[in-house]
Parts: sequence; C-alpha cells; structure tokens
Amino acid sequence: MRLLTGNDLKTGAVTWWTGSDWSIHIEDAVDVTGSEDEIARSEEAARRVNVPYAVDAELHEGNPRPSHIKERVRALGPTVRPDLTLKPADPEIGNWVI
Amino acid sequence: MYAYDQYDQAMVDARVEEFRDQARRRLEGKLTEDQFKPLRLMNGLYLQLHAYMLRVAIPYGTLDSRQMHALADIADKYDRGYGHFTTRQNIQYNWIKLEDAADILADLAKVEMHAIQTSGNCIRNISSDHFAGAAADEIVDPRPYAELLRQWSSFHPEFSYLPRKFKIAVIASETDRAAMRLHDIGINIVKNDAGELGAAFYVGGGMGRTPMIAPCINPFVPLDQLVTYAEACLRVYNRYGRRDNKYKARIKILVHELGAEEYTRQVEQEFEHLLDQGVEPPLAELDRIRTFFDDPLFDTRAAYEIDRSDPDFALWVDRNTVPHKADGYVSAVISLKPVGGIPGDATAEQMRLMADLAKDYSFDELRVMHTQNIVLPHVRKADLHALWTALEEAGLGSPNLDTVEDIIACPGLDYCSLANARSIPIAQRISERFAKTGKTGTLGQLKLKISGCINACGHHHAGHIGILGVDRKGVENYQLLLGGSEAEDVSLAKITGPGFDEHGIVDAVETVTTVYENERQDGERFVDTYRRIGMNPFKEALYG
Repeated sequence: MRLLTGNDLKTGAVTWWTGSDWSIHIEDAVDVTGSEDEIARSEEAARRVNVPYAVDAELHEGNPRPSHIKERVRALGPTVRPDLTLKPADPEIGNWVI
Repeated sequence: MYAYDQYDQAMVDARVEEFRDQARRRLEGKLTEDQFKPLRLMNGLYLQLHAYMLRVAIPYGTLDSRQMHALADIADKYDRGYGHFTTRQNIQYNWIKLEDAADILADLAKVEMHAIQTSGNCIRNISSDHFAGAAADEIVDPRPYAELLRQWSSFHPEFSYLPRKFKIAVIASETDRAAMRLHDIGINIVKNDAGELGAAFYVGGGMGRTPMIAPCINPFVPLDQLVTYAEACLRVYNRYGRRDNKYKARIKILVHELGAEEYTRQVEQEFEHLLDQGVEPPLAELDRIRTFFDDPLFDTRAAYEIDRSDPDFALWVDRNTVPHKADGYVSAVISLKPVGGIPGDATAEQMRLMADLAKDYSFDELRVMHTQNIVLPHVRKADLHALWTALEEAGLGSPNLDTVEDIIACPGLDYCSLANARSIPIAQRISERFAKTGKTGTLGQLKLKISGCINACGHHHAGHIGILGVDRKGVENYQLLLGGSEAEDVSLAKITGPGFDEHGIVDAVETVTTVYENERQDGERFVDTYRRIGMNPFKEALYG
C-alpha cells in the first residue's frame, strides 16, 4: 500500500492523508495507490500540507506501518524521547519503529 | 564580550521584519515552498523529520547569562522545553511552528542574537576555541578576530551564494580545541620570531563524504591584512568552485583538484590585486572590537588550594576543569553527557541554572563547546565546590570530559531528515555500558564521535573511535572507524571492516577498548596505541 504524508504548513507537524483530511495519527492513513500525485497537487495548492509525498507501507496488526524506518520515526516521534511520541504509554513502541 | 552597535542591531531588526513578511506570504499562499525554502534557510529554519527546526547562531560559542536565559525562554515558550547544542557551537530547537518563527527571531534580536547564515551556501557561524580568553596556553584571545570576520562575512554580497556552505574556525594556541584543520578555512593566530602577531591560513579541510585535512597555504599573514587574505581565499573558491555537483562543491575539492600549491598561487595573485582595493577594515575597528574582549577583573588574591576531601568533587575537578591563564582560576566544563542521556540536550531549567551560575561564578560568561558541552570560562578555584554542588543537584555534574562517555553525536535519524541511522541511542548505550563496567576512568582520554549519515555532523572521521550510521536496505547498520583526531595531532579515522547492527556496535566499541587496555604502554592514549600498533590487532579482535 501507499500512504500520502507531508508536514502541516503552519506547525510543521507530520500529517497523513485520511481520504478526506489530514491527521497526525498514522492509524488514520488510507491507501492512496494510484491517486497520490493528484491528491498531493490539490492539497498542496490548498495550503493544507507542505511538500506531500507518498511512501510504501504494509498493514501491521490491521494498521498501516511504513516500510522504511525513517517514515516510522516520523510517524511517532524521536525514539529517544518517549515522552514526546504520539504513543508515550505504549512500552512496545520501539518494536513498531525498529 | 561583544555588544551590538547601532548597525548590528539595525541589520538584525530589519532581517526579522523581512522574514516576518516572507513567512506571512508563505502562510497566505503567495509564496510556494520552492520559493520560500531558500528564504527560510537563510534564517536558519529547516524542515526536519517532525517539525520545523530553528538553528540559532552563537558566534564563536560565546554568550552571556541574559542570552542563555532568552534561549531557555524560547525553549519553553515556542518549543518543548529543551534545546540541542550542536557541533558548531550553535543551538537547535526541534519543534518550531512556522507561524511562531518571526516572533522567535524578534525575541532573539532583543538579546543581540539571530539565526542568520546558520544555513545556506554562505559563510556560516565563525567558530573558535571554547577556552578563548581564558586558556593558559593561548597567544592572544582569538575572538576579536573571529568577530571581525563575523562582521565581514555577515550579508557579504559576494559570498551569499557560494558553491556550497563555508565554515571558518579561528584559534590562537598550539593546542587545537576547535577542529581548526577540518574547516574550509582554519586560522591560527601565531607569533613570529620578531614577536609580531599574524595568521596562519589553513584552507580546504572538512569532513562530510570526502574528509580532508586542510593544508597550510600561508604560515603568516599580517593581522592588518587578515580580512583581505580571507577575501582572496573566498574569491578564488567562488570563481572556480564547482556548482554542477553539490558533492564536489566544497572548497576542499577545489584545493585538492588544483593542488594546494596552485590554489595558493591563485590566492596570492588575488590578494595582490585586492591589497589596494580597500577591503581591509581600518585598524580602529579591530581596536574597537578588541575592547569588548578585555579580561574581566580577576581576583588577584583568589585562593589556589582546593579542598579535595570529597572524592566525587575531586574527581569532577580532575576531569572537568582546565588550567586558566589567571592564578587562582580555572575553566569549568559542564557536561551535557549524563550517562544514558542525549548528548548536547539541555532543558530550559538547566539552561537557566547554567546562566545563573555563570553570573555568580564566571563573570556572566558561558561558552558552547563543539563537543556539545558548556564552559564557564573564568571560575575561582575557591568557588568550585559551590558550583559543583549546584550542578550535581541539577544532573549536570557528570565528571566525564574527554572520556568515552563524552560522546559527540549528531541528532541522527531521531530528528534529522538527512540521516540514515540513529546516533543518539548508540551514544546512550555506549555510555551506559562503560559506566556499568567502570572502565570510563581507566581508559583515559578517548574521543568517540557518532554520525547518522555521511555528512558527518557528528565528526566520526575525527574520533579516536568513530561510528558512522548507514542504511542497509532499510535497516540501520554502523561502521566502526579508528584513529581519527581533530586536535593538533589531526588525522582521519579508518574503517575497521564490515559494519555492525545497533547491538553489535556497542560490543565492538568495548572490544577495541579491550585491545587498547591489553596493548597500551605507559601514558598512551587510545589513539596513541592505535597509531603504534596499527589496525590489524583491532581487526583481529573484531572479526577473528
């Protein structure tokens, strides 16, 4: 599957395309295979996202998980600051990233 | 330390308003990202993995308590309560919002700081010896010359679009504490046989994917021609440096391809041409700048003796203080490398404490080291125990300067969009491993440096032990290097062989230190033993 991601223009926060909007939670992301370029163009023009691009991903326990570690780090936050990640209470989060 | 005059302040204030307008137009959609990106980068604003990142310049690593307090306030008000001190004596904030960026720059301008030229293909922040003005071994304080070069290079119209970024370091002692020969231009202020001061120019050094040690192209440039000579060096580079390939665009490639002799010939020719062009600022300006760096009023009756009855305090004194030019004083290093911590990170509370301690004990002055620690440059020996006690209570009293725990690590894949592998967790595990085994002290001086990609922000080429993180088909892998140094015994490290995974690299570091322990002779540091016995014993232990 392919996910569309970018950074929020105002805040710089990592965001994922949900099919109708952008979310900071990767579990909200949807497969955009085949339509990534079109969505990216229109959303960037609408200034809702900065430099969107598509990444490869797989389903992992029912949720999308980017194929590359860099995108997994982007999705959750720095692995060395669990207090700043989006799932700070999840003790297994390192396994999801690595 | 230097204080802005009306021109400095007007330039910085004008830039804040210019950027405020640029950011507004971007948010309103009047600028595309392609149009805006070079504008934000000129103001130190990057887009990193998780958010915008702002890099703030700390000229030659010197700041006062008012400025450190302002940095702490920015961390609290606009970021997530911390900042990261970098290997070029700057500070970075990792969670900046574009809509706040102009306000942050305005807050910085109020304390004579900015983020100008902390990115882009221009002359970056001038770095220097973190013990400048305090070191017992320096010929002269190098910072007035660094400040003169800062003023010359700020908004220099000819050098705002160089082929690639350009980094200058200035020192004034035989001991190199600024990685001087690994800069695009390294300047060492020296004294000739007649007792006159001059500048030795080293040009074409650097790390990155093609590490090079800068050759000396002129051993003595009179100081009243310093700026003119620097201008000549830049002009030749600007004219002939490659712009077709960013990986071959640094001046080190030009100097290497032309040869140091031919590059020098062209610089000298350009220098002759420039000598009557009025490039050099009047000496009165240097004299004006120099007055800002006069010695503080040292207490000439300061006590020499230190009560060493507390062994923990005595260990910190032995490891984290260095000799000072004034009797009764030392420079004290505040380690930002607690065991298992993130190298270079400091919370807003820690920044405020360091600022207050600088005011109480160090004539209101702090320095940022390129090794990601903080210096209080002028501390009375009589005040050391009180200082150490306050640092200990705040988790800032780690006694590990220049030990295996004092690791340089770039932000790596945890923060940086260029990185291929994480650096910080490796640093954390190594410091934990050696703290646990108790070998930190017995290994003596051991400089370990980690980069998360070939760009080498973590100076891995210059580590006694270096680690380079690479991407092996989407999996982090770590190459081990041995034998580098960025000091006066400068050398480039060599790769041992195949890389290791994130656990294996920690074991590998321990393995090479065991070889050192078994092979070392009296007084040898790790790098000395490596240079004497060569790579083979280490490879044998690592790979069998």
